[in-house]
Amino acid sequence: MTYGVGLKGRRHVNSAALFLTVFLACAVEAVEATTVVLAVGTAREWRSALIGVATGLLLLAVLVAVLGPAVSAVPLNGLRLLVGGVLLIFGLQWLRKAVLRASGHKALHDEDAVFREQLAAAQSASAGRYGPVRDWYGFTVVFKSVVLEGLEVVFIVVTFGANAHDVPGAAVAAVIAILVVTGVGVAIRAPLSRVPENTMKFVVGVMLCAFGTFWGAEGAGASWPGSDLAILALVMLYGGVALLLAGALRDRSKASS
Amino acid sequence: MIARLKGFARFWFDFFVGDDRTVAVGVVVALAATYGLSHAGVPAWWMTPATVLILLTQSVRWKARSGK
Repeated sequence: MTYGVGLKGRRHVNSAALFLTVFLACAVEAVEATTVVLAVGTAREWRSALIGVATGLLLLAVLVAVLGPAVSAVPLNGLRLLVGGVLLIFGLQWLRKAVLRASGHKALHDEDAVFREQLAAAQSASAGRYGPVRDWYGFTVVFKSVVLEGLEVVFIVVTFGANAHDVPGAAVAAVIAILVVTGVGVAIRAPLSRVPENTMKFVVGVMLCAFGTFWGAEGAGASWPGSDLAILALVMLYGGVALLLAGALRDRSKASS
Repeated sequence: MIARLKGFARFWFDFFVGDDRTVAVGVVVALAATYGLSHAGVPAWWMTPATVLILLTQSVRWKARSGK
């Protein structure tokens, strides 16, 4: 059975949701990486920290450039089944953690606390030069942070971009998020603790699950009622259930304390 | 060398699967069932969302109870 919806409408839904999901996911990861960069740059040396950022971003860009076309070359149904499944497993991790944070069962991500920890660690570490990098400790901490935070973004950019036939569009959303977050970070020279990071993670978890479900089931041969508009229904369903779960867990905690 | 390879494999396993393997198994089973039903001519779009809701609820309750 097929369900008809205008191609233009489908593209608008896909493009807007693609941009929003990649932008939010990238902004969240950029906030976390920016906190580490600010701590290391403040406590030790900005030049080595910035070389670490540039090297990390270069590696991530190469990964997108290599993986994007490679993933896009896989036949669409197989790609959607595989990527949908992995995206769904990945998204369920994000959403579970977001529900646990919202219900008070997991500590909220606190950029001020992370900044203080990183600052203390950076101040007590010994210095060491390696090649053109004057502070090897600062370089490696920043490089690792950028790459580890960025890997999730690379995965989202490549999978969303390949499925929507728009890897460049997904990459642009990621770059804009990085520029916005780092621009604000450089301007205020302080951890971005006022960014609603935990709420953004909740939204990204819901979006990853919705797209993973949609693409995975479509790749397995299912036809969605309403075609691409089913994504919106899935977002509302998963978002609603996740909020209910968070509320129920919170109430149970209050009742037992 | 072997330890490094194991560490590398472990990193990617944790990256994608995380600490709750039942979620990964549940997703694979749901998609396989969707594939089977769809190719048998039975509408199966509901299978994956229903499984996701069950997996999310179970995983959240398990983690909340275990305090991890």
